[in-house]
Amino acid sequence: MSKSRKPAVCQAGSASALPPAGPQTADHTDSPGWVLRLSAWLAVLAVILLFVMIVAAALPAIQISGPGSPLDWVWQPGQGRYGILPMCVGSLALAALALLLGWPLAVGLSCWLLTEENFKFLPLVRFISGLVRFMTTVPTVVYGFAAVFLLTPFARATLGGTGMCLAAAALMLVLLVLPTMTLILMAGLRPRLERLCPWGLALGFSRFDLMRFFVLPRSGRNLASAAVLGFGRAVGDTLIPLMLAGNATQVPGGLSESMRSLTAHMALVTANEVGGAAYNSLFVAGLVLLAVNTAASLALRRLVRREAPAGSSAKQAATA
Amino acid sequence: MRRGVFSQALLRWLLRLCALIPCAAVLFLLGFLIVKGAPQLGLHLLFDTVPPLDALLGRRPVWDGLWPACAGTLYLVALTMALALFPGVGCGLYLAEFAPPRQAARIRLAMDVLAGTPSIVMGLFGFTLILFLRHSVWPGANTSLLLSACCLALLVLPVVVTTTSEALEAVPGSLRITGAALGFTRRQLARRVLLPAAGPGIWGGIILATGRAAEDTAVIMLTGVVANAGLPAGLADKFEALPFSIYYISAQYQDNDELLRGFGAALVLLLLSAALLLCSRWLENRFRRRWQGVS
Repeated sequence: MSKSRKPAVCQAGSASALPPAGPQTADHTDSPGWVLRLSAWLAVLAVILLFVMIVAAALPAIQISGPGSPLDWVWQPGQGRYGILPMCVGSLALAALALLLGWPLAVGLSCWLLTEENFKFLPLVRFISGLVRFMTTVPTVVYGFAAVFLLTPFARATLGGTGMCLAAAALMLVLLVLPTMTLILMAGLRPRLERLCPWGLALGFSRFDLMRFFVLPRSGRNLASAAVLGFGRAVGDTLIPLMLAGNATQVPGGLSESMRSLTAHMALVTANEVGGAAYNSLFVAGLVLLAVNTAASLALRRLVRREAPAGSSAKQAATA
Repeated sequence: MRRGVFSQALLRWLLRLCALIPCAAVLFLLGFLIVKGAPQLGLHLLFDTVPPLDALLGRRPVWDGLWPACAGTLYLVALTMALALFPGVGCGLYLAEFAPPRQAARIRLAMDVLAGTPSIVMGLFGFTLILFLRHSVWPGANTSLLLSACCLALLVLPVVVTTTSEALEAVPGSLRITGAALGFTRRQLARRVLLPAAGPGIWGGIILATGRAAEDTAVIMLTGVVANAGLPAGLADKFEALPFSIYYISAQYQDNDELLRGFGAALVLLLLSAALLLCSRWLENRFRRRWQGVS
């Protein structure tokens, strides 16, 4: 310890005593050092490599035109048609439906967790906020596995068909995206509510009124960032659509119809190894997903940063 | 007035309903898993009829048990964390302590984008990488344990980087000032004061990332997991993993025994990720209590 500190002490002393004299007095231990620089470069280069590989693999495939093009409405490998547009629509419909159901639930849930005043419910509040945190770690494959045996028979009985449908997958996706949305909402709403609370309560408002009349109308960005985050998660998930949506390559016409999402499509194509041309569509699908999610995380970044310049809690919730 | 009171009560109950419906659904799902899976837990689930010691040492193969999948997951997670630790913690430290503001903003941007990347795209990246290697320098390249670990490491990297830099930023400024006053250089300060002080927070992030690596299925589906591989023989071999065997069983189960094994596997994975979550939260709480008072 003392050995390594000694030169530093000398250097600090001499730096103040002597005028700066050329490169040999430069304080090398004040720089991060090559090991740290290397690790930072590794991390950034990996991200760049990811983008370069996916774009480079997808570009030649996009330029194909005619019936074999990936931007087509028919997926029939037997006839040489490799269109992925039905899957794009499927992914979009699935995520939109999950968001439509999940976002109001997340807003309601976070408002309830923040404003419940009845003392009888307080243990329940604590339990549910713990449960929401726990829900973020439930593996999606476990959700899918449980739903195959619980939700699918139910969907079969109520909606008809095989039970593997858009509605079943969307319902499970709601459970998947709900906790992350709730956490980011709570991280954004809680400080505003706490700031208003002493004065508001003294004026006779309840916490619920404060939330309804003062906090929620001003929190548009926070509400939007929760929606964007939820959308990104819902589009990017693979296992739930793969296990629950039935995987028919068609544009879903209704809640009870089977559909295939882009993510599930990618998993299925590589598993089956159809052939060279099918891989092209795979890379295009990957590029579409990457573009959508990059756009979502850029939008989220902008929303969160404007929202809370110094608040890292919202960002933490976004990455958790 | 009475209408206002009534609508207020209605809204309140609506909120309670919002909270209760999804939570009841989750509890129902998890309860179903526990009821079905709990009787399966035990040595039989892992090793079938093979004596545990023989299976652990790899002397006899386990066919109808989860041991190969568990071992594959363990290898995978260990390798992933070994790969992610250096760039993750190093980049977090660089980000929090040394990076000039513009560069820090760029690194944060890269990490945000990486955090938003779906895991299947990460799998596709690995797949493309192998195709590229095959066509260029290494014709024998194939999807393998090492490739899966690389892609998973990339997937969990943002978690490690973000939690590391946040833990370092949460260390009180007085420590920094004291260190500087004692004549530490920035590198010494970072290594001898800040890293140990932020240690529990960083470990919390690492354990969180471990949980993420253990549960993810989409990446390994594209980069080398198979249904029947036995114990992983080496870095360049295919392997089994717990999440994938759950998926596989749900899609292809033949009889009731296999299905029950699927429930057991799901419960094991659930318990594993719950344990990792608890562990990481405990470490983070300890970190916060130490540096920021009660939180």
